[in-house]
Amino acid sequence: MTTSLESTFPLEVATARSRFPIHVAVFLTPALLIYSVFSIYPLVDTIRLSLYASDQTGAQHFVGLVNFQTLLTDPAWSVHFWNALRNNLIFFAIHMVVQNGIGLGLAMLLSLPRLTGGNIYRTLIFLPTMLSVVIIGFVWQLILNPLWGIAPNLLKAVGLGSLFGPWLGQESTALITISLISVWQFVGIPMMLIYAALINIPDDLLDAATVDGAGPFSIFWFVRLPLILPTLGVVSILTFVANFNAFDLIYAVKGALAGPNFSTDILGTFFYRTFFGYQLQVGSPTMGATVATAMLIIILMGVLIYLFGVQRRLQRQMF
Amino acid sequence: MNRPIRPSRILVHLALILYTVIALGPILLILLNAFKTRRAIFADPLGFPDARTFTTIGFDQVFAKSDFGLYFLNSLTVTVVSLGLIVLIGAMAAWALTEYRFRGNTIIGLYLAIGIMVPIRLGSVSILRMMVELNLVNTLTALILVYVAQGLPLAVLILGEFIQQIPRELRDAARCDGVSEYRIFGSIILPLIQPAIATVAVFTMVPIWNDLWFPLILSPGDGKQTITLGVQQFIGQYVTDWNAVLASLTLAIAPILVLYLLFSRYLVRGLTAGAVK
Repeated sequence: MTTSLESTFPLEVATARSRFPIHVAVFLTPALLIYSVFSIYPLVDTIRLSLYASDQTGAQHFVGLVNFQTLLTDPAWSVHFWNALRNNLIFFAIHMVVQNGIGLGLAMLLSLPRLTGGNIYRTLIFLPTMLSVVIIGFVWQLILNPLWGIAPNLLKAVGLGSLFGPWLGQESTALITISLISVWQFVGIPMMLIYAALINIPDDLLDAATVDGAGPFSIFWFVRLPLILPTLGVVSILTFVANFNAFDLIYAVKGALAGPNFSTDILGTFFYRTFFGYQLQVGSPTMGATVATAMLIIILMGVLIYLFGVQRRLQRQMF
Repeated sequence: MNRPIRPSRILVHLALILYTVIALGPILLILLNAFKTRRAIFADPLGFPDARTFTTIGFDQVFAKSDFGLYFLNSLTVTVVSLGLIVLIGAMAAWALTEYRFRGNTIIGLYLAIGIMVPIRLGSVSILRMMVELNLVNTLTALILVYVAQGLPLAVLILGEFIQQIPRELRDAARCDGVSEYRIFGSIILPLIQPAIATVAVFTMVPIWNDLWFPLILSPGDGKQTITLGVQQFIGQYVTDWNAVLASLTLAIAPILVLYLLFSRYLVRGLTAGAVK
């Protein structure tokens, strides 16, 4: 083995920064190889493909930014793109407000000192997050199914029977309903992350605030909330990336057409249809790549805003 | 000793119990009704199955009409092999990046970090093309390769943070004894990072097991479906057979439920400690 040579110089690794020892290469190569070939290369190649178009023979030729122009301005495409983007923003907004709001609320309750059974609550409330989005989609489809009648009967039991409607089937309510199903499933993630941040706040700080005469509300608003802002930032960016990359739930519940009348269409389902085609429209790899690149740009913009806007400012505020 | 029970605490527990019921109710409802006759499913959806209403007809149909066992095995293979590779390859890379100082160290770290934020899904057009050229469409290998590439960045991050906490003396002592770098990694580091491996395992396994996207585009047929895709296709086909639908959902939920209840403490620990930093 070649290793005996290096091991005779035990300090080499710590001192020689400029050299690239063979064992470092051995340790790094498998990860870098698989990651580069199956993650980075496809992403770069997708961006490249978005600048090409294929003709009838299937040959691809460079067209520059024409695909993006088509996507944003040609009515055949742009209507669907803007619709998907708008729905995606609504999907995201509902997650930010409802999912992260409930998550914050639950985390506050769970982080109360000497709470009995906190661990059990946490474990059970987190459970739906572990299940497949597809399974959750079908579960809720059954529950909201007027045929089975569980949802209307439960609503009747609490006197709200008149509110029930075929929520998943109506154009006006389908997107909100689907968003809330997703919120229901993933509430555990913000809950856990915020809970962890809350219990990491030193007790001295809270005690000091109490001694200074702060009530529970001002302790929350002026002590705990500022201290967990970085975590809220992490939760927001995780929500953003997950939402703008979502697909499974809508595909499982509403199919690739994201009905009724595209009212639940988000970028993920739009990407899938563009790439694979549906009904009469033939799928197009280059237009698919264009949609994917647009999604990539949107996600990168979100990440950059977070990294350089939100996180920087939070850190300055902290120290 | 009875501590006085504060009324505000009762409200807190009421709120938490209410939300727990909301979180678990829908799942329990599916599990309950999977064992009931069609008539009972509709007549008394909230009731427990009793001697009169108990049936496993849904499960019989699922096993008769679909290859559930095979899908389950496919999911298991893909998840276990991907996880094994992610942990091994990821630990090697994390070790190299945290232990050795060499030119390009930071850049490689940043390069890997891209994969944490950018979803690999967006490269699907090229991934599919590549798999077609490599003749890997409708194979589990294709899924494994993609999942390993997807899981590596986070694994390297978590394992790297953990490796940093291992005392230096341990490795330096081994080096003085003339132990090779490979053996230091294999015999000292790997055994020591087991707790972190458990965290990585939970974070990596769940998205792989539950994924619909890549099975749908890379191996949608030929008996290579994973359980998530299998359930999706099965329900699409037998959507009106309530017994079969409920049974197939139960079969998909049950293994995760058992595993989760067994290993939830690793996940909670991971979420509340390492991952938040």
